[in-house]
Formats: sequence, C-alpha cells, structure tokens
Amino acid sequence: MGFVTTFLLIIVVLPIAAIASRATDLGWSGFWQVVSSPEAVSALKLTLLMSTLAVLTTAVFGTIIAWVLVRDSFAGKSVVNAIIDLPFALPTIVAGLVIMALYGPQTPIDFTVNGHHFDANVTFTRGAIYVALLFVTLPFVVRSVQPVLMELDTELEEAARSLGASEFATFRRVVLPSILPGILSGVAMAFARAVGEIGAIVLIAGNLPFKTEVASIYLFHRISQDPEGSAAVAVVLLLISFAVLLGIGALRWHVTRHERG
Amino acid sequence: MGRLSLRFAALGYLTLILIGPLVMMVWRTAEDVDGAWTAISDPDTLSAFKLTLMVTAIAVVVNTVFGIVCALVIVRGDIRGRGFLNAFVDLPLSLSPVIVGFSLLTLYGLDGWLGWFQRNGYEILFATPSIVLATIFVTLPFVVREVVPTLREVGTEQEQAAETLGASGWQTFWRITLPCIRWAVIYGVVLTAARGIGEFGAVAVVSGNFAGETQTATLRVEDAYQFAYGNYAPAYGISFVLAATAVIILVAMILLQPKESRH
Repeated sequence: MGFVTTFLLIIVVLPIAAIASRATDLGWSGFWQVVSSPEAVSALKLTLLMSTLAVLTTAVFGTIIAWVLVRDSFAGKSVVNAIIDLPFALPTIVAGLVIMALYGPQTPIDFTVNGHHFDANVTFTRGAIYVALLFVTLPFVVRSVQPVLMELDTELEEAARSLGASEFATFRRVVLPSILPGILSGVAMAFARAVGEIGAIVLIAGNLPFKTEVASIYLFHRISQDPEGSAAVAVVLLLISFAVLLGIGALRWHVTRHERG
Repeated sequence: MGRLSLRFAALGYLTLILIGPLVMMVWRTAEDVDGAWTAISDPDTLSAFKLTLMVTAIAVVVNTVFGIVCALVIVRGDIRGRGFLNAFVDLPLSLSPVIVGFSLLTLYGLDGWLGWFQRNGYEILFATPSIVLATIFVTLPFVVREVVPTLREVGTEQEQAAETLGASGWQTFWRITLPCIRWAVIYGVVLTAARGIGEFGAVAVVSGNFAGETQTATLRVEDAYQFAYGNYAPAYGISFVLAATAVIILVAMILLQPKESRH
C-alpha cells in the first residue's frame, strides 16, 4: 500500500499539484485576467464546441456500428470489428497524417457539379479538428456499447414488436434504456480524450489563434514564454476534465437507479 | 430503419473516417518509396526509434510492477479509500498530454519543488528521464485496468488453499496469483506499449526535441512534416513504420483476446 501511494504521489500527484501551486502565484485577479483573455477564451470555447460536435457524432455512429457488429452478419465482419481499435493503437501524430492523406491538400475527393466546385481539403479549418476528433474518438462508444448489446436478450424486443410497437418505438423504449449507460460511459471517455487531444490536430489544423487553435495547442505554444499564465489555463482544463467525469458519473448513476433498487 | 440501411450507414461512416484515410496514407507512402526509405534509414530517425523503444520498455516494466501491486491493493486490500484509488488511477486517461508534460516541467524545472536535480547537473528535463517520466504517467492505468476485473473474477480460494498448505506469500503470488492473471497482464502490457510508442503531447513538452538525442519517433514525424517544404515522403515514411507497428500490436491484441475469455 505504501508503495502504491508513494508511486502515485511522485508520478501523478506532485506534478499536478505543482501546476496548481504555480497558478496561485498569479493571485486571483491575475488568474482571472489570463483565463478571460480573448485568445484563451476563444481556444477554450473552440475546444468545447468541437469536442461536443465530434462526440455527438461519435455517439450516434458508434451506436449504429456497435449494433451492426452485434446483430448483423456480412462477409468481412471480423475484419471490420478488428480495425475499430486501430485509432487506439495508432500514434496520434500518425492519426493526424492519416487524416491529412485523405482530407489534406490534393485530396482525391475533388469534383465540380454544375459549376459548383467541391473538395474535401479541410486543412487549416475547423473541419480538420472535427474530422481528427471523429477519428480518435471512434472506438470509445463502439467498445462500450458492444458488450451491453451482446448481453441484451432479444426476447424483450420480439415481445415489443409482437405487441405492435414500431421498429423505432422498440429501439427507443426497449433497446435504448439498456444501452444508454454504455453510450454515456463511452461518451464521457471520448469527450475527455477530445478536450485534451493534440497529436491528431496539430499538423492539420494550422493552429491559427481565434480560428483553429484548440486549448491544448494554445497551452503548448505558451508554456515556455508564460509559465504562470499557462498554469492558469491548465487549471481550467483540469477542472473541465473533472467536471465532465463527475457529471457523466452522476448521470450514469441516475440512469442505473432501477437496477440498484 | 432496416438492417441494410444501418449496415450501409456503419460501413459508409467507417470508410469515410477510418478505412479511406488509412488506404490513402499507404498510397501516399507508396508514391515515393525511395524518399520514405531515405528518411527511415536516416541515423537521426533510427536513433529516434531506439529512444522510443527504450523509453517504452522502461515504462512497460515500471507500470507492470506498479499495475499488479495496485490492482492487488484495489481488489484485495482491506483499507478505506479503495474506491477512490480505483477511480484515481484512471485520471491520466482524462488529462491532456500537454498538461502532463507541463506538470513535469513545473515540478522539475529550475525553480520547481524538485528543481534540485536540474540545478545540480542531474538533468531530468530535456533529457531521457523526463521522457520516461512522461511516458510512465500517461500509460499508468492500462495494466491496472486489465488486471482488476480478472483478479475479482478469480477469487481467493486457490490462494487460501496454497496458504493452508504452507506456501509463503511470495510462493502463493508466483505459483497461483500470477499464472491466474497472466493474460490480463500481457494484454495490459500490449496496451501500455502501444500508448508508450505513440505518446506525443507530453513528450513534446518535456523532451527538448533534439534530433539524434531526445527526439522520439513521434516527434520525428512532426519534425519531418514541419520542415517538409513540399516533400512529405519522409513524414509518410516514418509514419508508415509506426502505423505498421500499431497494426502488429492490434493483431497481438486480437490473438490474446480469446485466451483471456477462456478463463
């Protein structure tokens, strides 16, 4: 026990406490001045906005993919199932380059219809951040919903259908309540990951202040010049991480209240 | 919604977000194989791969020992606050890697609480020790997370039997506990290795990024991209090696999974 506590203290607690302590060097007004500066606010807002959009998309498509992997059968399903984990295994900087290969300059998705030109080059736009976050958050929801769906008894669904419920009503009233805790826990992990992401974003987003600079990259650029100010912004990010985990934990607790009796 | 339209939605989404980009990445690497190979066989790149492997190996060993002990405390320990410990161990997963790197910079910096090392010539920052510390930090949860559920499932009956028959604590651990959890440990090790090799943000903050010295493989990719001047073959080439490593790790994970569920 002593070993575990000492290890965690040295590796995790002391460094984090050092940041918190450094942030207090500024005093309350100094702290507030830094975190309410237009560039910091813009970076934090952009991070929360893009993470929310990406995680909502991941929640919808992750649930569909999990459903297809459990209930459907088609040639090559096991291969599809295997590659879902690739974003976990791939270095994030490589993920950024992988996204760039399809959605960067010289994208092969490039055509003109009725004089309207369209191409999928998203470099240096917020679209780049969105696509990169979709890539890195993909496995979270799939992998937290899949095991729940496997355990789920199909008898209830059949009963609902035979009593005249539509497909949608069956899903909403029978399937969704069972898999919701799984979706939420996947969403929580995906959101925390998205808020802190840097590797997949840094190459393709261009990191333009007020436009495509997310909080982690804002912080990254600032650390060496302004340690105190960076510590203040880091504390805000830390609080967001804690708040999200606590919030979703409470929500999950609420959703499972019937099971716990 | 019918079965076919859902299948179409799932596979279409995967093609756009995952499969398409991966295929294009391989394609772009193949466009200039010579350029990619020159970058991969560059001495600084080889040194970056070596550093990444060494750092990852240390992190794996440290976190395997810590992970097993920590899991034993969480599952078997009779102390208060086990639930807190269980939740706390997950913290590195929800932190931005930049914050992890920055926290080490603050702690070991010249005016930091542990700045003594840096001031007295024991270089931690902008040297290998900080890269190791950053990698240990971000890969901390993986072995714990894998071992805890297995340890719960296994129970204590066999261990109690061994102790009744006169086995010492160590003997019980080596002969009973460890064999029971070995697949979980191996699975955790694989995840730790994957994350260690791929770590970018935390290492970027603390390493100093000196080519040939403190530049890891992922930093090398970023460098190759930032100084590409229109020639992206080096960045794609080095990335391809890392991606191939990730695929090997993934295959290892798939091969390990069925064994895990056999318990």
